[in-house]
Amino acid sequence: MRLQKPEATVTFTFDGRRIKGVAGEPVSAALLANGIKLVARSFKYHRPRGVMSAGSEEQNALVTVGRGAQTEPNLRATTLEVAEGLEVFSQNAWPSLRYDMMAVNDFVSPFLAAGFYYKTFMWPRSFWEKLYEPIIRRAAGLGGLSGETNPDDYEKAFAFCDVLVIGAGPAGLMAALTAGRAGADVILADEDTAMGGRLLREREDMDGKPAAEWVAAALAELGAMKNVRLMTRTTVTGAYDQGTYGALERVAGPRQTGKPLECFWRIVAKRAILCAGALERPIAFPNNDRPGIMMASAVRAYVNRWGVAPGKAVTIFGNNDDAHRTARDLVAAGIKVAALIDSRDDAKVSGDYPIYTGGQVTATKGRHGLESITITHSGGTRTIRTDCLAMSGGWNPTVHLTCHMNGRPTWREDIASFVPTPDSIPGLVVAGACNGAFSTAACLAEGAAVAADVAQGLGLNAAVTLPAADDGAYAITPLWAVPGKGRKWIDFQNDVHVKDIKLAAQENFRSVEHMKRYTTQGMAPDQGKSSNVVALAVLADATGRGIPETGTTTFRPPYVPVSIASMGAGSQGKGFAPERFTTSHKATVDRGAPMIEAGLWYRPSYFPVQGETHWRQSCDREVGYVRNTVGICDVSTLGKIDIQGPDAATLLDFVYTNMFSTLPVGRVRYGLMLREDGHVLDDGTTARLGAQHFVMTTTTAAAGLVMRHLEFVLQVLRPDLDAKVISVTEQWAQFAVAGPQARTLLNTVLDQELTDKDWPFMACGPVGVSGVQGRLFRISFSGEHAYEVAVPSRYGESLFRLLVAQAEVMGGGPYGMEALNVLRIEKGFITHAEIHGRTTAFDIGFERMVSAKKDCIGKAAASRPGLLGAGRQQLVGLRAKGADHVLTAGAHLFEKAAQEVRTNSQGYVTSVCYSPTLDTYLALAFLENGRARHGEVIKLRDHLRNITEEVEVCDPVFFDPTGGRARG
Amino acid sequence: MRIPCPNCGERDRREFYYQGDAVALNRPAPDAGPQAWDDYIHNRDNPAGETRDIWFHEAGCGAWLVVERNTVTHAVHGATLAGLVKR
Repeated sequence: MRLQKPEATVTFTFDGRRIKGVAGEPVSAALLANGIKLVARSFKYHRPRGVMSAGSEEQNALVTVGRGAQTEPNLRATTLEVAEGLEVFSQNAWPSLRYDMMAVNDFVSPFLAAGFYYKTFMWPRSFWEKLYEPIIRRAAGLGGLSGETNPDDYEKAFAFCDVLVIGAGPAGLMAALTAGRAGADVILADEDTAMGGRLLREREDMDGKPAAEWVAAALAELGAMKNVRLMTRTTVTGAYDQGTYGALERVAGPRQTGKPLECFWRIVAKRAILCAGALERPIAFPNNDRPGIMMASAVRAYVNRWGVAPGKAVTIFGNNDDAHRTARDLVAAGIKVAALIDSRDDAKVSGDYPIYTGGQVTATKGRHGLESITITHSGGTRTIRTDCLAMSGGWNPTVHLTCHMNGRPTWREDIASFVPTPDSIPGLVVAGACNGAFSTAACLAEGAAVAADVAQGLGLNAAVTLPAADDGAYAITPLWAVPGKGRKWIDFQNDVHVKDIKLAAQENFRSVEHMKRYTTQGMAPDQGKSSNVVALAVLADATGRGIPETGTTTFRPPYVPVSIASMGAGSQGKGFAPERFTTSHKATVDRGAPMIEAGLWYRPSYFPVQGETHWRQSCDREVGYVRNTVGICDVSTLGKIDIQGPDAATLLDFVYTNMFSTLPVGRVRYGLMLREDGHVLDDGTTARLGAQHFVMTTTTAAAGLVMRHLEFVLQVLRPDLDAKVISVTEQWAQFAVAGPQARTLLNTVLDQELTDKDWPFMACGPVGVSGVQGRLFRISFSGEHAYEVAVPSRYGESLFRLLVAQAEVMGGGPYGMEALNVLRIEKGFITHAEIHGRTTAFDIGFERMVSAKKDCIGKAAASRPGLLGAGRQQLVGLRAKGADHVLTAGAHLFEKAAQEVRTNSQGYVTSVCYSPTLDTYLALAFLENGRARHGEVIKLRDHLRNITEEVEVCDPVFFDPTGGRARG
Repeated sequence: MRIPCPNCGERDRREFYYQGDAVALNRPAPDAGPQAWDDYIHNRDNPAGETRDIWFHEAGCGAWLVVERNTVTHAVHGATLAGLVKR
């Protein structure tokens, strides 16, 4: 029921029913305004439940929003904003919220007490996964996921400030005003849709005017400050190292295209002021979970802020002075107060409604909504008709953030609550209700004082001016659980009641952490925000210890549920992963080449031509280009590192196993690089362009790794060396021109004639490429007469098109990664399939490349026992029986007669191909003592693909073993 | 976690590559013997408290740094260019 007719309404649906609400108000307010009390079914027993709170601590009113892929479960109706067309659904009920079949759980509840899973479903073991768990999962639960890909947008963002003020109630606003006026760079974050905290929810005066007016003025002043940033709908969810805070911002209004649903912030603050306020806690009395039983502060919030009466005849049950505000506000709003029950004998109260001191609620009635309560008090027992009970067990300061870095809160007997322990989070101070200061005046004073102190610490001068405000005392006599029969709920969201906790204690789960896990207390999405202190008070009572000795469970981030989608924003699918394209990318894609990823690069798999239906046809043809005429391949993705300086050659001698200082200018040498532990890091060629100038090439995958390694050597190991390294991978486009016709082709595009005398194998130097200054390297990764020609990247596409056109005229063409791989396997050239991090120079047969004349990275460790000798698995070639005997990479190697079990494995296959040149399958592999076993026939077994083949062990160089073709 | 890079100022740790203990600075002589090399390459303490380790500002200036920090409090005390520590 609404106290006043709203100016404008919108329509949304709840379980299909059309409901009028005010845009921006919480869905819970609109449901209450329309007399809807039953909004959810509980987690385990499917008990009917209603709205309990007016904030993010809500335990009962969890709902699902949207349909299909956009379904979002477990949203709190108390923070979900009403919007036109919003579709809200209840959860965990079938076939309907009102007639829920699973409510049968409630009648068999004696068998479903805490720990029943552990006791009941022990045996037989195999039943757990197949039978018990699926049944339990269906019976107990909250909302479900759609199982579809989330189409909504989410964002991540970063912010930096001097002072982060968390919470914009009286303490937070005062702190922000004080710090802002002093000139500090302030972020004020609050999870509500509007700032003001309880000043918007309570009837109070400040400076003789309604508090809301003071809030409006404060926000206007803050809004006008350039150094202050106001963030509403933003919950600070976690406190982390070095003043870093996580925060979840819900973007206002209904889903909008192009706007994110949520944004996850990482805020770095020099100092933080926590003004998170306090949460009211329930009282455990029999059947205290009926729809219509709410927190007293929530009743006031619905009445005062949203003009909604949660009931027609309201009763109030409390153990503290604060509860009485509820009666006062209800009367002021014209709502009937049926009774006020104060559990304290000595409570001093007066009012124009029935008051029962020393009273307790001992029973309630009404299955789908509260109808009456029974109370016992000093004068006896009576039943009161009521449709809404406002309960208040006192207040818990919201200490959560102060515990995120192992801090533990401190018990304060006078307010019967835990308060933050000072200095729990470096750089964070606490003020206001969060610190146990419950009156408005105390909140304002603490907020201002703490902020002035923080400002001073930042070297700023702050003045403190305070408005006049309410300074009422807060007296409480703890009442945690009412004695007597019936289930008295504590954790409403996870269906934990007093008896469960007593059972835990009885079964010796006496530690608060054990009790939590045994009963699931505080493990629901709300993480026991309202209920934990009540639960541990009951545990303390059951174990005969005090509350401070019992202690709290560990509070961990996040404070409210944070969707994985917002934390992972930008990482869904490809996300922001960069893509690197070569200069020939467009020309390659235009030819229909399927592209494969190589690190961040994209390279062509093969270049199909008309009539080809299988990649092997293309691959075999392209291999033929290189073996018979000429092929073109973009090799720009290989890392290129420019090395210059007087000590450039010394650096290379130190990082490569072999000697580079002896390399003449104008020559290229193949080099092998080890890690310090003696295993192969990378290989490649390095060209000497001048006495103090080299260009190193690395494999595509290891370009970044090698660059980091070189910087490590120069800065950490040998800062004495005068040499500089820089990556020039993207500055040069480089193409392999390979095949017997390579020189003929190049002579059509180079400005000067290539001759064998001037350009022998492994020569390098500057060349003119159709008028462009480029570089030429006579190197070969195919075993053929080959070159690599490099030009500045801006000429790359033109040169690629030119080279391909010329090659095609000569009966050749472009080739892709498949052909490149076949060509190198035929020649026994290794890639990272072989130098995968566990192989040494000895294993690949390169131990003679480790120079005896000098020290180098990895040399000392390479000669360790175990890294040399016949026991090592050594690089070999494997030849299949013929073209129809397929070999597979990853297969294991066994002696011909050995059983194919793990303990008999003597090695494994790293690379395979069908060789069109030799018309058979070839493989590179590592085999125990392999170099001594050339000629032996062994067994290859691929257990995954169920392939067994006999293969002949041979030298890894299958084709042209003398290397005459590359030199010719 | 943020690291105060001497070249770039305080930067997010995601810009850095973590290498490991600063023992990496003290490479043994080639003939130092197996024990010295094992200690250099493999053997590491796992201290709760103050540590000195080296990081690479890979997504920044490319400097290798020696960072002093505390693994218990997570405080980062400072960072020095590795080349300067060595000299």
